[in-house]
Amino acid sequence: MKRRNFIQLAGMGAGAMMLPPLSAFSNVVDPARMLDPLMDTAQKKQLADIALNTAKSMGATYADVRIGRYLNQFVITREKKVQNIVNTESFGVGIRVIANGTWGFAASNSVTPDGLKKTAERAVVIAKANSKFQKEPVKLAATPSYGEVSWKTPIKKNGFEVPVKEKVDLLMNANSRAMDKGASFINSLMFLVNEQKYFASTEGSYIDQDVHRTWPSFNVTMIDRQSGQFKTRNAFSAPVGMGYEYLDGKAEDKIEGPGGIILYNKSYDIVEDASMAADQVKQIIAAKSVEPGKYDLVLEPSHLWLTIHESVGHPTELDRVLGYEANYAGTSYLTLDKWKSGKFNMGSKIVNFVGDKMQVGSLGAVGYDDEGVKCKSWDLVKDGILVNYQAIRDQVNIIGQKESHGCCYSQSWNDVQFQRMPNVSLQPGKEQVTPQQMISNVEKGIYIVKDGSFSIDQQRYNFQFGGVLFFEIKNGKIEGMLKDVAYQANSQEFWNSCAQICDERDYRLNGAFNDGKGQPSQSNAVSHGSATTRFNGINVINTGRTL
Amino acid sequence: MAILSKEETKKILEKVLSFSKADGCSVTLNGQDRGNIRYARNSVSTSGEDSNVTLGVQSYYGKKSGSATINEFDDASLEKVVRRSEELAQLAPENPEFMEPLPQQSYGPDSKTFSEATAKITPDYRAQAAADSINPAAAKDVTAAGYLQDSRGFGSLMTSKGLYAYNQATSVDFTVTMRSNDGTGSGWAAADLNDVSKLNAAEVSKIAIDKSLMSRNAKAIEPGKYTVILEPAAGSDLIRLMLNMNARQADEGRSFLAKKGGGTKLGEKLVDERVNIYTDPWHSEVPGSPWAGDGLARKKMDLIKNGVVANLLYDRYWASQKGVEATPFPSNAIMDGGNASLEDMIKDTKKGVLVTRFWYIRPVDPQTLLYTGLTRDGTFYIENGKIKHPIKNFRFNESPVIMLNNLETLGKQVRAVTSEGATSLYMPYMKIRDFTFSSLSDAV
Repeated sequence: MKRRNFIQLAGMGAGAMMLPPLSAFSNVVDPARMLDPLMDTAQKKQLADIALNTAKSMGATYADVRIGRYLNQFVITREKKVQNIVNTESFGVGIRVIANGTWGFAASNSVTPDGLKKTAERAVVIAKANSKFQKEPVKLAATPSYGEVSWKTPIKKNGFEVPVKEKVDLLMNANSRAMDKGASFINSLMFLVNEQKYFASTEGSYIDQDVHRTWPSFNVTMIDRQSGQFKTRNAFSAPVGMGYEYLDGKAEDKIEGPGGIILYNKSYDIVEDASMAADQVKQIIAAKSVEPGKYDLVLEPSHLWLTIHESVGHPTELDRVLGYEANYAGTSYLTLDKWKSGKFNMGSKIVNFVGDKMQVGSLGAVGYDDEGVKCKSWDLVKDGILVNYQAIRDQVNIIGQKESHGCCYSQSWNDVQFQRMPNVSLQPGKEQVTPQQMISNVEKGIYIVKDGSFSIDQQRYNFQFGGVLFFEIKNGKIEGMLKDVAYQANSQEFWNSCAQICDERDYRLNGAFNDGKGQPSQSNAVSHGSATTRFNGINVINTGRTL
Repeated sequence: MAILSKEETKKILEKVLSFSKADGCSVTLNGQDRGNIRYARNSVSTSGEDSNVTLGVQSYYGKKSGSATINEFDDASLEKVVRRSEELAQLAPENPEFMEPLPQQSYGPDSKTFSEATAKITPDYRAQAAADSINPAAAKDVTAAGYLQDSRGFGSLMTSKGLYAYNQATSVDFTVTMRSNDGTGSGWAAADLNDVSKLNAAEVSKIAIDKSLMSRNAKAIEPGKYTVILEPAAGSDLIRLMLNMNARQADEGRSFLAKKGGGTKLGEKLVDERVNIYTDPWHSEVPGSPWAGDGLARKKMDLIKNGVVANLLYDRYWASQKGVEATPFPSNAIMDGGNASLEDMIKDTKKGVLVTRFWYIRPVDPQTLLYTGLTRDGTFYIENGKIKHPIKNFRFNESPVIMLNNLETLGKQVRAVTSEGATSLYMPYMKIRDFTFSSLSDAV
């Protein structure tokens, strides 16, 4: 849901809202302030210890403290205009405790000895009050004490140190290239995130982390007044867990894809992509409307990530399986009995999914999660069989495991941390296959590039996905572009129709900058990796209508 | 200090303006106290409260503007935030679309957006609401998951051109999903109100419990085009999507309101002539603030009149380009209904589908406003004037514009709560023919 809000703020959706989705506790600040560290780790440790000792003295059996500073920068433009430049900062502390076997949480923007003491007291009072209604006392899985440690996103260029003017110039350059090529409109944006998080718990971990994320994007629109059509082609960029080096657009990161397209791997050339987008959006207008029916689909990683996210990522979240999200995000078709059977074939034998918070450049990568667990990777689906879920310290006991998966996250200091999706990625195929070789064996199919429309039911059975570019494949060859394409399937049937996966040379990450869950809703950033993958006999519908 | 009175805000805002050295500025002062309780698996899972007041300053020099916000209110902090916004304005590139702040506007009377009862909600009230939902569910072998969120707050705006506006509002939102313990039935109900004294959590929960029991062991029927009766939660979740009647996008040719060959559909028939949709901040069921965020005075205004596009929404910049009056962003939408009750509508249906609500609604084609999504939490087959049996959920592919051209009957209006967060909609039950269900879902 947050994804949609973000698209609207960028003026890309119908809403064209101009203000970014500021957290209630964020302040708009000067960019120079963002480079000022505010507080060192020794000060943070001293403050955290005050809170931990207060909580313990009031009877808490566990407490954790997160002192967090969350920085965002948005640069938003259209055509030749800068629409908005916003820098936000949010700084405060969130304290979570267990008292009487029940969680309590309180937060404050007063990061002082007195502020931490009072907030810790409030968290314990809330835990004790809530314990009246508690039917399932909290059981925390053990985690080692790490002492004083730190982790940093391995960035090469801190985006916050890059002058705003440089970002504006880059976007303006991309905009003018698209307009010169005949685009009717372009909206473009740059979004930078820096989370400076300090975590301390009564179990003796003091963890300092500096997390960076970057997302450049645009939408090129073409209006054909004569036919009354308008179409858009959005950027082939990915939101990444990298610094500003992602914008370097290095030659070695460019991939010539089927159908004459250029795809990007570890860095991105926004100017070149905007120019290509203007050419391709004209082709979309002129494309043939798809004939509905069964097709073999060849799905490019820039598209497949969203299908993975919705049909595998969400249903393997243990809190959904257990019913904690029943009133909002929904439950899951991957019920405990299916997992316990050890035989539930979620996909064909070549389908392997891994959960992780480790992949370099991914949105999910951190050293430790927001409850002080060292991150790792683990199998979710092995040879097509469901083998595990995504679970955190207070959940793993339910599935008979002793170790948290390390995927606890909170969007800010003032929100309570809970189980969030790690990176969930489809492992590349073992046989050496390129996308071109894959396409050459398809008789009647569609090659789909980049994510588009998406919708899935509350238990993650039935889905429908669109895309951005659709190429018709006939007898092993790409014949030209199609439009009005969407495919519908049942998750289990879809993954069982997975026939071939390209090898690791084609493996790339894409992802969601703002994935929503929880009430009040919180946003999470997550990547999904895959190589180009083939699915046989998928139902394609035609979405063209006339008013 | 979360709820400041009119006088208190005026004092602070005047002080902020006195620090301004720019060509001009506009200052907002907003605050909110919020509380919530969440439950699932028939047990409270989380609860919390927060409180915040934020002052925002936008200063400008010519067409260059800069914004800064703060949540400290001593004189030094107030001056600091003004200076910071001025520094940012000096650094900013010129924005040709920048509009100077408005002078004093003439606002209509206050609207009943504030309720004392809601402002006084306590943690005990929230806990009781959860208990009123969980206990009857447990007694019927049903599992409750729900969320209650309440807020009280104020908004105020002052500009260097002499505008001052103030409003207070409260809200309470309650949603509950009930699932039968055999896993085959699910029901949902919700309430969205300004005044909590109108909320009965037990009654709302009972509707959801009854639906969860009624919807057990649903049968599959073939997807296709069906006559549907849409409860207001379902119907308004689609209709809200056509109410963003942005004039600029229509003029630019990138909207369902753009016309082939150029121009917009303003003044043209879009949907069935029985469709009337308007906005009115003083409507008793869905009150809204008499002023919009930019300070423009809200008024009663038709959006769709007798099926014709009556107004498009012009922001101040686009209005200045087109030489028309700017339209304040609407606070609510009201769609005229009819006299038919839900029972009447069912009685009058030979073969059809009753839909409680839709879910995961996403755009497929902005050109035709085609959306996809699914039914959820109580979908029933109607035959010969009676609910025959529950049916499995469907995926739909439909446009609200096409849907409102296929209107059969308008029923009674209620304040609708949509699945996807839209608020302040007063909408009727609707019977629609040829609604497109494109596939079946196994989801309960």
